[in-house]
Amino acid sequence: MSKIWALLLVSAALLCIPLLGSRYLVDLTTEIIIYALFALSLNVLIGYAGNVSFGHAAYFAIGGYSCAILLTTYQWPLWLSLPTAVIISAVAALIIGYFCIRLTDIYFAMLTLAFSMLVWSAAFKWHPVTGGDDGFVGVRVPTLLEDRMAFYYFALGVVGLSAAALWRICHSAFGRTLVAVRENPLRTGFVGIDVRKIRLAAFVVAGTFAGIAGALFAMYNRGMYTESAFWTESAQVLIMTLLGGMYSFFGPALGAAVLYLLEVSINQYTEYWPAILGTLLILIVLFLPDGLAGLAQKMRRSRKA
Amino acid sequence: MLSNPTFLFLQTFNAIALGMNLFIIAAGLTLIFGVLRVINFAHGAFFMLGAYVCYAIVERADNFWLGVLGAGLALACLAWIIERGLLRRLYARDPLMQLLFTFGLVLVLGDAVKVIWGTEQYSVAYPAGLNRAVDLGIAHYPAYLLFLCGLGPLVALALWLGLERTRWGRIMRAARQDREMLALLGVNVPLVYNGVFVVGAALAGIGGALAAPRLALTPGMDTNIVIECFIIVIIGGLGSLWGSFLGALILGIVTVFGAVLVPEWEMMLTYALMLAVLLWRPWGLFGREQG
Repeated sequence: MSKIWALLLVSAALLCIPLLGSRYLVDLTTEIIIYALFALSLNVLIGYAGNVSFGHAAYFAIGGYSCAILLTTYQWPLWLSLPTAVIISAVAALIIGYFCIRLTDIYFAMLTLAFSMLVWSAAFKWHPVTGGDDGFVGVRVPTLLEDRMAFYYFALGVVGLSAAALWRICHSAFGRTLVAVRENPLRTGFVGIDVRKIRLAAFVVAGTFAGIAGALFAMYNRGMYTESAFWTESAQVLIMTLLGGMYSFFGPALGAAVLYLLEVSINQYTEYWPAILGTLLILIVLFLPDGLAGLAQKMRRSRKA
Repeated sequence: MLSNPTFLFLQTFNAIALGMNLFIIAAGLTLIFGVLRVINFAHGAFFMLGAYVCYAIVERADNFWLGVLGAGLALACLAWIIERGLLRRLYARDPLMQLLFTFGLVLVLGDAVKVIWGTEQYSVAYPAGLNRAVDLGIAHYPAYLLFLCGLGPLVALALWLGLERTRWGRIMRAARQDREMLALLGVNVPLVYNGVFVVGAALAGIGGALAAPRLALTPGMDTNIVIECFIIVIIGGLGSLWGSFLGALILGIVTVFGAVLVPEWEMMLTYALMLAVLLWRPWGLFGREQG
């Protein structure tokens, strides 16, 4: 019950943020919710299916670049560009996933990493289409969404719907099957489930929603840059997921918010944010392996006991 | 271009020199993975530190070989501290935790380089005696790169002998197979792990020091090399010494000749090659099937 209240509270707060009148706050929240969706999508693969992808930035970048190119280079309307970009991400995830799911554990992580770097090098070198290392600048967005506040509500709507869809997916029979595959793939296979197909489906779901996040990011930033596909970006979203807690549905979104706010506030004091993030990461891994959500759970339990 | 024998000859040597330099670095990565089962993202950072330490020593002592030695030793010490103090606690945990731990190291070490050496570019001169060109009959070739071509196979041979023909090597191979059994036989397994991590990091440091005369030293030089090393060990098979030797050679050839044949797209060619290998043999050329 408390979960539903928390969710309602967060939704109400998100809806009210533009009313506070701070443009900075609106921009900050827009970025947070985009990253939250990105982290939620990765968690389908990590938390539910138990496959650690180290190349999730690839689908974010594919979604972002596709949307940017369709909107700007081809002048497609938004209602056509956004879905097409998402479909392109899904197809990319299907193709890459087909190769990746043949391996597990570390091999899987390495392979996803390698594919994401393939996407990165394509973005980097395909200058006429992606803008290369200068980035793709000047994304054309519909006049209606040029206003920051309007874009915020648009992004909030898309992220909200996507999160709801992900919630449905993770709590359906398919989601349960994913957990079964994570816990014991051999046994799941024995009861007649095609483990590979299930893992591929999880891969595609994760890639699709990452693509949505990427498309929103490209529109919000009015541009797309190669850094979004680089492996350090994949690491960043992995950290968000881990920080929030991968065995909880909303944990990754919380992790995204905490990490982003931390980065913004620490950047005001020092240029050495990576060193602080690295130290934080090492501490989390050593002392807080279940993330913030896990910590909250532990505290709740010890209070009851 | 390729019909010109002199050109072909020189590019072949360039490819081998690059490949052998990469091999020395990747050998450390594959060694650590083979025994510890840890993917060391910090390997690129170790490489970068090696190059910077070499630069610092060359600046003061004006001796390149002292720089290479110092880089190896410095990285060995650093790796010893990291393994003893932190990494050791993570062996029993999820591989994801180890991955994230080494990524944390990447971030911390990357900023450490910025703090110590700043963001300007540095370069290291070719060592005395190797800063000339050697007449190879067909063409003149830089002596230092020729030296790298020769050093790679020697390092491979030394590592192979160490792994296959010594007591230590036998213990390391056993640790790869079954660490519990090894511990029951009275071997100090944590010490073996520590030793492997130290040797692996030292190889990255030495590789970085050896690469220093070829490259410009900048704080971001670690992010690409770690991916190159990953490609090498994926092609060769994770944990396989000869696999990474062959993988490094292949990567050297593809990078150098790719730059000539399909300029700008040599990076894509490398990934395409890796993909082809993975389709044909998912565990790499010399890798063993997952058990």
